[in-house]
Amino acid sequence: MGGVRARPYGPGMTGTTSEASPSGLHLPRYLREDAALRTPVGFPEYRSTALRAPLRTPVDLPHRLTEVTGPVLGEDRVRPEDADLTLRNGGEAIGQRILVYGRVLDSDGRPVPGALVEVWQANAAGRYRHVVDNWPAPLDPHFDGLGRVVTDGLGRYEFMTVRPGAYPWGNHHNAWRPAHIHFSLFGRAFTQRLVTQMYFPDDPLFGQDPIYNAIPAAARHRAVSRYSLERTQDNWALALEWDVVLRGTEQTPFETDDDGDVA
Amino acid sequence: MNPLDVPPDPAVPFQPRSGRRGTGFLTEPLRLGTTPSATVGPYLAIGLTWADGAWAAAEGTPGGVWIRGRVFDGAGDVVPDAMVETWQADPDGRFPSPEDPRGPSSHPGFRGYARAATLTGEFAVFTLRPGRVPDGEGGLQAPHVDVSVFARGLLDRVVTRVYLADETAANAEDAVLRSVPEDRRATLLATPAEDGYRFDVHLQGDRETVFFAV
Repeated sequence: MGGVRARPYGPGMTGTTSEASPSGLHLPRYLREDAALRTPVGFPEYRSTALRAPLRTPVDLPHRLTEVTGPVLGEDRVRPEDADLTLRNGGEAIGQRILVYGRVLDSDGRPVPGALVEVWQANAAGRYRHVVDNWPAPLDPHFDGLGRVVTDGLGRYEFMTVRPGAYPWGNHHNAWRPAHIHFSLFGRAFTQRLVTQMYFPDDPLFGQDPIYNAIPAAARHRAVSRYSLERTQDNWALALEWDVVLRGTEQTPFETDDDGDVA
Repeated sequence: MNPLDVPPDPAVPFQPRSGRRGTGFLTEPLRLGTTPSATVGPYLAIGLTWADGAWAAAEGTPGGVWIRGRVFDGAGDVVPDAMVETWQADPDGRFPSPEDPRGPSSHPGFRGYARAATLTGEFAVFTLRPGRVPDGEGGLQAPHVDVSVFARGLLDRVVTRVYLADETAANAEDAVLRSVPEDRRATLLATPAEDGYRFDVHLQGDRETVFFAV
């Protein structure tokens, strides 16, 4: 072979060995969930998507350095009290107290430690503390609906809150959103970024909710938490468990080192 | 729930609670089903507002530029309840991320990531001009910023890239730009402005921005 190729990466690489790999590094390829199991960006019954969801076919973006890296947003963004939404403004929020907990994993089953998890939700009466939300349900002076946590070394998160109420939203006649908590998550890479909603088991409002029903039927259960008697705290709070699964990487168990001649 | 509890007459294909699928028990790698996305909804400001959101580079960083723009819907109206997130390399083409196989960069004051709402009709992020980033195949990519747009009415984020219109030579050899139909490439170009660049996002319409499947 014709000598050492110019390597884009200097430091840390053994640039003087012969037969350097043409690429100089291995980048993970993040798996794409089957289209039949992903939420489409637009869904006709959810009317606001009509003018917002792009109509053209997206262009495939190869996973290069920008896509397989991601920001470090960790402990310095959260305070311990951010994990307890029931204590705000010097008092206790009204509502059914619940512990929401689970793990952040990737689709290979590996925990994602140090992941920033941001949550927001309506209060027990179904009202958001937001200027746009002015339907006649009470605000709670001791509930702002914002929580932040970072996953521990095993990818675990938990926060204490109150069960959010359902609320009307005008999408269609007598439209009510099932109770839900919004989740925003960062994994390790740009490809893993996820914003989603956690639902509660057996909600009777599922059938008429286009945001829930936009999820393909075979994947809807992934958005629903489960009651957990194990973690329910006697005389204090019900527990709900919900694991979040981010995209994992293609497995290449027998991958050989392109720089095979170096140890 | 016992994952072996298969309902006798499933209305939908059975999937255990864990999301594990496939029949490759013991023969295929473990694979969990990914959590489906959902819209951020109209109240994202409650959960996603950061005082320092706009600063991909710390305020006052020499060489800093503002990237400003608007998000338009299919009727040509400005979307006032979207959130734009950006992620990019530093001026040396390196990332402040442990996932960068070359090791994380430590460009002073550079976070590489910003998030900005469009509440005023316009988003604005302060950053440094990205450097050229290796494409992993021996070449270099043109300077670019990866962008996610979230909004009510979008059930998943939409992803695009900002390229800099004044990087003509680098843009001409960028593999991703070249994979985009020529008549649509201009939708990815940020144009020089007084204090940086302008980049508008058109969710639909004649000038619909090129969005990427990542």
